[in-house]
Amino acid sequence: MTDTPLLRLDGLTKRYGALLVTDNVTLDFPEGELHAILGPNGAGKTTLMHQVSGLIDPDGGQILFEGRDVTALPMRERVRRGIARTFQITSILPGFSALENVALAVQGRSGSSFRFFGIAASEKALNEEAAKLLSLVGLGARMDILAGALSHGEKRALEIAIALATQPRLLLLDEPLAGMGNEESARMIEILKRLKQEYTILLIEHDMDAVFALADRVTVLLYGRVIATDTPDAVRASPEVRAAYLGEDAA
Amino acid sequence: MNEAVIPSAALPKGPFGLRRNLLPAVLFLAFALAPLAVAFGADPFFQSILIRIMIFAIAAISLDLILGFGGMVSLGHAAFIGIGAYAVGILASHGIEEAHVQLPITLAVASLFALVTGAISLRTKGVYFIMITLAFAQMIMFFATSLSAYGGDDGLTIWTRSQVFGSDILGNRTIFYYVTFAVMLGCYLLCRAMVVSRFGRVLRGSKENPVRMEAIGFSPYRFQLAAYVIAGMMCSLAGFLLANQAEFVSPAYMSWQRSGELLIMVILGGLGSLHGAVIGAAALLLLEEGLAGFTEHWKIILGPLLVLVALFLRQGILGLLTGKKNND
Repeated sequence: MTDTPLLRLDGLTKRYGALLVTDNVTLDFPEGELHAILGPNGAGKTTLMHQVSGLIDPDGGQILFEGRDVTALPMRERVRRGIARTFQITSILPGFSALENVALAVQGRSGSSFRFFGIAASEKALNEEAAKLLSLVGLGARMDILAGALSHGEKRALEIAIALATQPRLLLLDEPLAGMGNEESARMIEILKRLKQEYTILLIEHDMDAVFALADRVTVLLYGRVIATDTPDAVRASPEVRAAYLGEDAA
Repeated sequence: MNEAVIPSAALPKGPFGLRRNLLPAVLFLAFALAPLAVAFGADPFFQSILIRIMIFAIAAISLDLILGFGGMVSLGHAAFIGIGAYAVGILASHGIEEAHVQLPITLAVASLFALVTGAISLRTKGVYFIMITLAFAQMIMFFATSLSAYGGDDGLTIWTRSQVFGSDILGNRTIFYYVTFAVMLGCYLLCRAMVVSRFGRVLRGSKENPVRMEAIGFSPYRFQLAAYVIAGMMCSLAGFLLANQAEFVSPAYMSWQRSGELLIMVILGGLGSLHGAVIGAAALLLLEEGLAGFTEHWKIILGPLLVLVALFLRQGILGLLTGKKNND
C-alpha cells in the first residue's frame, strides 16, 4: 500500500495533430503530497490536468488511481473514485446560490438523485455539510448569495468548496490564484495551506512565491515533457530549469 | 454559527414566495370557475376555446419542463401531441374505446418514442438538437401521413370519444372541461414538485453548466433523457385530450408549425415558470381567435407582436405581470 502512489501517470501522451502536448509523461503522486506543476504558457499543464480528471482522453499511456487503471473512465466516474478538480476558468453554477452549488455536489455522492419529490434545497444533511465547507473556504457569510454575483476571488473559493464536497482523495487545482489581487491571493494561499493538511493536491500555478511556499514537490513541464521533478529547492537550483523556464524570474 | 443561516437558505426564494404562488393560484382558480360563466349565459363556444387552451397548456407545461429547466430547445414537441391523438384514433377505429386501455398505450408509445429519439437527440447540442428533434417529428408526421388505413393525409374521424368504464361521460362538455382542467393542474403540480426535487436540481444544474455537473459526478445526459421522456408522456396526454375534443386526428397535429407554436407559448408566457406556459397558451390562442375575427391576415399582426415580446419582454407576459425579471 505504501508502495502504490495515489496517482501514477505512466507514459501519458496526447497529441493535437502534429503537436505533442503531453509527451510521454511518467509521474508518481504519493498520498499526502502537494505536487505543483510549473511551466511556461503552452507547456501542456492544463491539458495534463484535463487528462487526469477525465475531461479529455490521452492518446497513449495509463492513469492509475489507487493502483487501478482509470484511463478509460469518464470524468464523473473518476469523481466518484475521489478525483475532484477546479478549472482555470471558474466553473460554477452562476444561477444557484453558493450554498446550493455546494449542496448539489454533496447530493451527488449521497443517495440517488433520481428522486422526483421532496424539496432538495431543504435537505438539512446536504445543506449542513455544504455550509461547513463554505465556512472552511471563508464563504460562511455569503452562502445565500447567487454564485454569479460573488467576486472573482469568492468564486474561486466556492469552486474549491464544490470540489471538496465530492469528498475527493485527490484535488486538482488549475491556477487557483489566477486573476487575484494581493489580498485575495494571500487569503487563498491560507486556504490552500489548510487543505494541504488533509488532501493530496495537484496544483498548477504561475505564482512562484505561492508554489515554493506550498509545494512538497515541483514538476516542470516544457513542450509537454517533464524536464524536472524534485523538491522545490532542488528544482529552483537546477540549471536546466533555470535555463528553460525560471530564467529571469528566478533572479 | 451558521446554523441560523441554513433554514433561510434552504428555502428557495423563487418558487415558494407568496408572489410566486398568488399568480398561479388566481390563474387556475379562473380556469376552475370559468364554466360558471357559461352557466350564466356566456357563449358555450367560449368553453370550447378554454378546453383547447388547457390542452395546449398541458403541452406547453411539458415543453417548459425540458426547455425552461433543462435547456432543451425541442422543435419537435408536437410529435407527442400527435402520438397521443393517433393512439386514441387508431385504437378507436379498431373498437378499443376504453380510456383505461387507451391511456396506458398512449403513455407507453410516447415514452418509447421519447426514449429512442431523446437518446439520439441528446447526443447533440444547441442548433443540432433543434434540427434533430425537428427531423424526428417530421418523420413521425410523414409516417402518419402514410397510414392510408387511418386516413393518411386527410386524417381520421373518431366516432366515439374515449369511454370511461363503459360510460360516455367524456361526451359531456362540462365533465370533459374538468377532466382537462384536472390533467392540466396535475401536470403543473407534478412539474413544480419535480423542478425543486433532487432530480430537478440536477436538471437545472445541467442546463447551467454541464461540465461542472460532470465534475461533481453527475451524468447530465441521463437526467436530461429522463426529463425528456417525462415531458413527452405528459404532452401525449394533451394529444389524448385533443383527439377527444376534436373527435378528429390528423398529421397536422404534429407539424413543425405546431411545435413552433408550443415554443412561442412557452416563451411568450415566460420561460421556466410553468404557469407562464399556461399564460402563454391562453395568450396565443386567444390572440389567434381575436385577430382572426378582425382579418384573415391575422398573422401579419401576430408576427410583429411576437417580435416585440421577444425584444422587450425578456420574461414574457409573466415578466410584465410580476413587473420584474423574476426568474432565477
